[in-house]
Amino acid sequence: MYGQAISHGVASGMGGIRAAGDLVARMQITRGMRLPQAKQYVADKLGVSVMDLSDPVVMLDVRKERGLGAALESGEITGIDEPIGLEAKFHIAELLGVPVNSVERFRRITAPRG
Amino acid sequence: MDTAFPTRMGDGSLTRLTRAEIEADIREGVAAAVKRAKIEPLGEDAIDHLIDIFCSRSRFSAVDIGDEVVLSYDGCGSQDMGTRINDLQYYEQYLCADSVEMYHHDYSFKPVKTVIDFEQTVMRQAQFLITAPCGYGAMPDLGRYTVPDGPIANWSRLLPLGKIDEARAAQEEAVEMAADDIVFVAAGMVEAGIDFIDLDTSGAAGDADFLAALKAVERIRARFPDLGIQIGMASEFVLGMHGELEYDGVRLAGLWPREQMKLAAKAGVTIFGPAINVNTGKSVAWNVARTLTIAKPCCDAATVPVHLNGGMGVGGVPMHILPPGDATSRASRAAVDILHLDGL
Repeated sequence: MYGQAISHGVASGMGGIRAAGDLVARMQITRGMRLPQAKQYVADKLGVSVMDLSDPVVMLDVRKERGLGAALESGEITGIDEPIGLEAKFHIAELLGVPVNSVERFRRITAPRG
Repeated sequence: MDTAFPTRMGDGSLTRLTRAEIEADIREGVAAAVKRAKIEPLGEDAIDHLIDIFCSRSRFSAVDIGDEVVLSYDGCGSQDMGTRINDLQYYEQYLCADSVEMYHHDYSFKPVKTVIDFEQTVMRQAQFLITAPCGYGAMPDLGRYTVPDGPIANWSRLLPLGKIDEARAAQEEAVEMAADDIVFVAAGMVEAGIDFIDLDTSGAAGDADFLAALKAVERIRARFPDLGIQIGMASEFVLGMHGELEYDGVRLAGLWPREQMKLAAKAGVTIFGPAINVNTGKSVAWNVARTLTIAKPCCDAATVPVHLNGGMGVGGVPMHILPPGDATSRASRAAVDILHLDGL
């Protein structure tokens, strides 16, 4: 019954890209911020409360408005005009003020040559 | 008469314990940790909270709304369905992972070195599709460098012969080889776009294995200041296979999570993952109490985010290939509530 990922996700997870877990994780990963500091940093950048960060209802609108990517759900949530994947990470890097390696790489590799 | 609650053993099997038995198990788990790791016990408030979590017939248990933590994963996916990129997408899209980790099925840095070009290609494609932080993980796995799999004398064969000096020299040589390979793979994957590198199951071959990880982290941090670096430990206690190795003047053999974390942070990690072992012959309540007691000094002293390892035989989660949700959720909630974790 279940896998450990489902159990942890439902019991104590922030929800990943369905809420703001990926953004808080990015501040831990890139800057080594402890959880309260990382949550507050992301909440301030988004103009929401810390409580909102785990709320998919609030965060879906916020993510769509800012182009931060969201779950796909058969195209019903993220439309063709809305960024996902690398497209969204351009907005995430700018929002959080941290370098995102794949974004930097994309800029470097697509820069004019010759 | 005391009512029995359905709960689990450390091997995942269902059992029934009364409230008094659960409380006794929790207190024994705390005492076992205090005795073994020479640390302070959990406070009475924490013990009362653990009793409440385990004295429940509820199929599931969870943290309060607003108390959620970041969930990172080592080695996302089973590699049984679709592609490795599909695995990352499942974890991101459906399992709500806050970060995802691609891995080679051998899960050791040494074999990855020989296929790095192919790993880079897959990672490059993954980075186009994944929004959440996406990293790469493998084990230092020092044993891979010994005969018959590698070029170095096998210390597991030398030690029973009493060849202590030779065994130590072999481990010291392996440390440098492993650190070189880890740095090589990390640098290659940075070129492909990773957000972080995970040195998972560090210390599996003892103090030399942990030293290889620390030395590699130091070099990776110097080259890539913005890269996320994670160390996940193999077990609660660093085995002294060498016995005399030091990092930053600290002897590695015998270190518990608080001291492991301090050295990992000094080397340059941005996330540290302690691993506390499960005793399959004891109840999950006993194991969770022991886990939290051992992990608490690490969390209290942490200068970097702590993501407690919580799966299949570590962190109080039963040692079973399909850990039951009732037990896993209780271990998860208890760790977050009592340790004030940064993540799992």
